[in-house]
Amino acid sequence: MKTLRIGSGAGYSGDRIEPAVELAEQGDLDYLVFECLAERTIALAQQARISDPQGGYDPLLSERMRRVLPFVGEHEGRRRLRVITNMGAANPVSAAREVRRIASELGLALKVVAVVGDDVLDVLRPEQVLDNGQTLGSLGARLISANAYLGVDGILDALRAEADVVITGRVADPSLFLAPQMFEFGWAAHDWPRLGRGTLVGHLLECAGQVSGGYFADPGFKDVDDLARLGFPLAEIDAEGNAVITKVSGSGGRVSRATCAEQLIYEVHDPAAYLTPDVTADFSHVSFVEESVDRVRAQGAAGRARPERLKVSVGYLDGWIGEGQMSYGGPGAVARAQLAREVVLKRLELMGVKMQDVRAELIGMDSLHGPRSSVEPWEVRLRVAARCEERSEAVRVGNEVETLYTNGPSGGGGASKSVRQVVAVASLLLPRDAVNPRIEA
Amino acid sequence: MKLHTLAHSRTGDKGDTSNISIIAYRAEDYPLLCEQLTAERVAAFFAGLLEPGAAPVRRYELPNVQALNFVLPGILRGGVTRSLALDAHGKCLGSALLDLDLDLPTPN
Repeated sequence: MKTLRIGSGAGYSGDRIEPAVELAEQGDLDYLVFECLAERTIALAQQARISDPQGGYDPLLSERMRRVLPFVGEHEGRRRLRVITNMGAANPVSAAREVRRIASELGLALKVVAVVGDDVLDVLRPEQVLDNGQTLGSLGARLISANAYLGVDGILDALRAEADVVITGRVADPSLFLAPQMFEFGWAAHDWPRLGRGTLVGHLLECAGQVSGGYFADPGFKDVDDLARLGFPLAEIDAEGNAVITKVSGSGGRVSRATCAEQLIYEVHDPAAYLTPDVTADFSHVSFVEESVDRVRAQGAAGRARPERLKVSVGYLDGWIGEGQMSYGGPGAVARAQLAREVVLKRLELMGVKMQDVRAELIGMDSLHGPRSSVEPWEVRLRVAARCEERSEAVRVGNEVETLYTNGPSGGGGASKSVRQVVAVASLLLPRDAVNPRIEA
Repeated sequence: MKLHTLAHSRTGDKGDTSNISIIAYRAEDYPLLCEQLTAERVAAFFAGLLEPGAAPVRRYELPNVQALNFVLPGILRGGVTRSLALDAHGKCLGSALLDLDLDLPTPN
């Protein structure tokens, strides 16, 4: 029986490139998938596209493709390798053009196909309500993007069109991995049990190194061999959607029941109802069996009918965040940092800086989970952050921290300050027939 | 005994909701986790961080991987994009929860 080999080359837009090259070179893969779009990445990309109509795709697209394209397509003594990625972000068509340019530079004859149709900004109406209670109309000119989570449809069309490289915008992460399984094994679009199993494979792979020993080590409790050379995962999948998760022999990291269990539950709410555009997957009875070192069989996933509506992620501008930091060390560090915190908050108030929300904390004491320890640390870092409607107001937050140098308690050092625009993300649901995925070759 | 000695954890985020997995290292410890790690106990642990009036903490059981999944609506206060928190994703929440003290059954 045919075994399909799918590797995961990236779990987020900034992910490491070397493990993907290792997979392309040594993984004997049929498909290499790069998942690079977090919730708001596409809104940021849309902003980039506004300033450059040819831009708006993943900033690492060119470098990644330059490194892996030499392994893509037909090569003597190897499986035919194809690439699927959502690195198209806000501009899959331009991204595909860039990949064609790189392929031709490298002397490779590859078919590159873009999947479009996720951008639904034009079909939304002002009266539609977001999950945060706001209407789209109330956002006015602050509205920057609206992208539906597409499922497998466009990718399937691209694979039928013999694409070597498929470039999408917003597609649900597991769908990037489910599509090649459906295509290769001929699964029907309503074959819910197989789609549920194939979605489990996608879910386990979609964060790349997170299932092969990345984001896992806790020395003395959970040790990971050779984490510095962490290998990215691949799945060996049969026609029923049963899979073994493993990685390239000789790479660092580990694949175990424990790494798989952590990734199984990652970003899942009700494990019996994991909603994707393709299927309602049921992970509640999944179990893992370690067949040998770094080989784990995943079993027990199920599936039911897919949701009727598609999730749309809406990006909008929502003011500015100004931030400043300053460190204090040695005896009395905490008392001086606390005084600095009070002084900055008082000064922001006295100057009437217009803030919607402000937060001041001591890194090393209370910045992550609130206060607890009574142990006096050797060093502590004040952090003040505020959200402001206007950039000019946000700038003043960092300035008030920096001026602690000559105007605050003794011995502050290492000041830093920053201002960033807030691109907020909210969501709504759209009927499936309002969304029209299609390919552009 | 600290939860850290019996279980491991990973935290995920969607919008302003966190989910925290608690996974027993050994299958025989799973019933103890089910008994002691109630949704209410986890909510109390994070009381200082949860938004007043947010939906309650929910708990899901995954017995085949000896794990519990806690869903904490609103804890990210506006979500990754708007939050002023240093760890806007709430990635560190699960590690903090491992500091929870468990009552061990008295040996017979």
